[in-house]
Amino acid sequence: MGARLRWRRFVSNFMLTMTGVCAVVSVMALFLILGYLLFNGGTSINWDFFTKLPKPVGETGGGMANAIVGSGKILLLASLFGVPIGFLGGIYLAEFSGRGMASVVRYAADLLNGVPSIVIGIFAYSIVVLPFKHFSAFAGAFALGMMMIPITLRSTEEFLKSVPRMLREGAMALGASKWKTIATVIVPAAYRGILTAILLALARVAGETAPLLFTAFGNRYESHGFSQPTATLPVMIYTYAVSPYEDWHRQAWAAGLVLLGLVLMINILARTILSRGIAVPRS
Amino acid sequence: MPSAGPVTGSRSFFSKLRDGDEIARLVTLLFAATVVLITAALVWELWVNSALPRQKFGLHFFMTQTWDPIMDDFGALPFIYGTLVTSVVALLISVPLGIGAAIFLAELAPPRISDTLQFFIDLLAAVPSVIYGLLGVFTVVPLMRTVIYPALNKPFGFLPIFKGPSYGVGFFTAGIVLAIMVIPYIISVSREVLLSVPRDQREAALALGSTRWESTWKVVVPFARTGIMGSIFLALARALGETMAVTMVIGNTPKIAASLFAPGYSIAAVIANEFTEATGDLYLQSLIALGLALFLLTFILNGLARILIVVTTQKGSGVTA
Repeated sequence: MGARLRWRRFVSNFMLTMTGVCAVVSVMALFLILGYLLFNGGTSINWDFFTKLPKPVGETGGGMANAIVGSGKILLLASLFGVPIGFLGGIYLAEFSGRGMASVVRYAADLLNGVPSIVIGIFAYSIVVLPFKHFSAFAGAFALGMMMIPITLRSTEEFLKSVPRMLREGAMALGASKWKTIATVIVPAAYRGILTAILLALARVAGETAPLLFTAFGNRYESHGFSQPTATLPVMIYTYAVSPYEDWHRQAWAAGLVLLGLVLMINILARTILSRGIAVPRS
Repeated sequence: MPSAGPVTGSRSFFSKLRDGDEIARLVTLLFAATVVLITAALVWELWVNSALPRQKFGLHFFMTQTWDPIMDDFGALPFIYGTLVTSVVALLISVPLGIGAAIFLAELAPPRISDTLQFFIDLLAAVPSVIYGLLGVFTVVPLMRTVIYPALNKPFGFLPIFKGPSYGVGFFTAGIVLAIMVIPYIISVSREVLLSVPRDQREAALALGSTRWESTWKVVVPFARTGIMGSIFLALARALGETMAVTMVIGNTPKIAASLFAPGYSIAAVIANEFTEATGDLYLQSLIALGLALFLLTFILNGLARILIVVTTQKGSGVTA
């Protein structure tokens, strides 16, 4: 074996090993993040965190009950706004559309999907906060709902289109009208994929902070209804982490652990259980 | 009942309306049109609400360095500089790492291991940016001050980019955090693009006597080149628009500094920090103008990325020339 061939073999093995190292390093980032949060958040989480309101600045203790409720409220409202638009719009794209309109809608959705979240926040501010003259859960939900639309829309379209033709033709042959075919045959056949995509969209916006900074704003107390400034977990993590107080840092870690746990849990559930046998689209 | 002829098309509008088909079409059309409407409104609002700085500063807005809310003088250059520098640092770190990992996942790893690792990569992509910020503030910033800064400043301190003191926060710190955030995008897209390279390309290279690495690096990767470029553009668009993680570790100082260890500012960060306290229309509209610039930048990059990725995956699935 010539020296040159040995050298080429060596280079090959070395470089291939390096790609493995790259993969391990990348995946390790996830476990480092998880481990660090478990370590720091696990020691600072307690029952008060879930049940108490934030204490005044300077006092230790207290929790983030209001932020947990606030996040829940805003996510619920965001889903009520974003999911129907995305879902029904997706049905239009997959089932009813002509060429022209569909490509415009698709293009708009792709554009919306790429908009930086802080810019979505500016838009929600100028269209919801300014007219009503105060920060509100509504405005935050509008911003997050907007971010859910493109994912829901495109995945609904994709999964509806992947339903086999035979199912469609079978229903039509039995005399069902088009919308009845869609409602009773096609959507049920595709619902697991669509639900997976909606859950992933929800998990994504659940961690969004930037669009909430000047829409839902924040609140140190409970907010009633949907028209008051509302605390959310991600914004609380941000304000607590950049604050100078030791006890707030502790609570930021706890909130980070809760948020990350929630987001990863939804992701794992959606990707493993719900989507068994379906290719999950990436956002 | 019409027993002959095509089922659709021959029926009148009203019979379709009675079946519900036409109603369903109109209702879903309405929702689809909402998507277009919202997107159009977004662009419109950004444009209209940034009119003041456009009139007062024109293109100078993007070329001057002063950011002085008290004197009502606004220039965006420090933010543009910070956004670009942090993104470039992020790409310098994440591109080699991401492409390396993608090669491993697509070319080397057995399918089961590859899928498992890809699952973890997808989870990494799902980690919220504020969590990256949290870890950035409490782990990367101290690490920068105590380990990375001395290691680079001592031997390379004569270079302008490694000169000067470090406060922990700064361009370099933000770049590192961004790098970890965009790696999943590079890996996922590059892996898919690499997997779409036809088998015969690899086999031909191996049959000609190339080693495994040579077939990968000189045949497969060039074949997927445009798609990999697409994944990098996608990552760049994400990095440019990223707000929270950068805001928390960049130092929030509107200055242009050659040193990567110096604190800086980015477009998204200044919007996040100053939007709610912006007094006066010109101040607020200057921030919105920054938002518009950011929007346009990511819009162009995302468009390019999509074209490149589609071109490559189609090339792989079609007949190879």
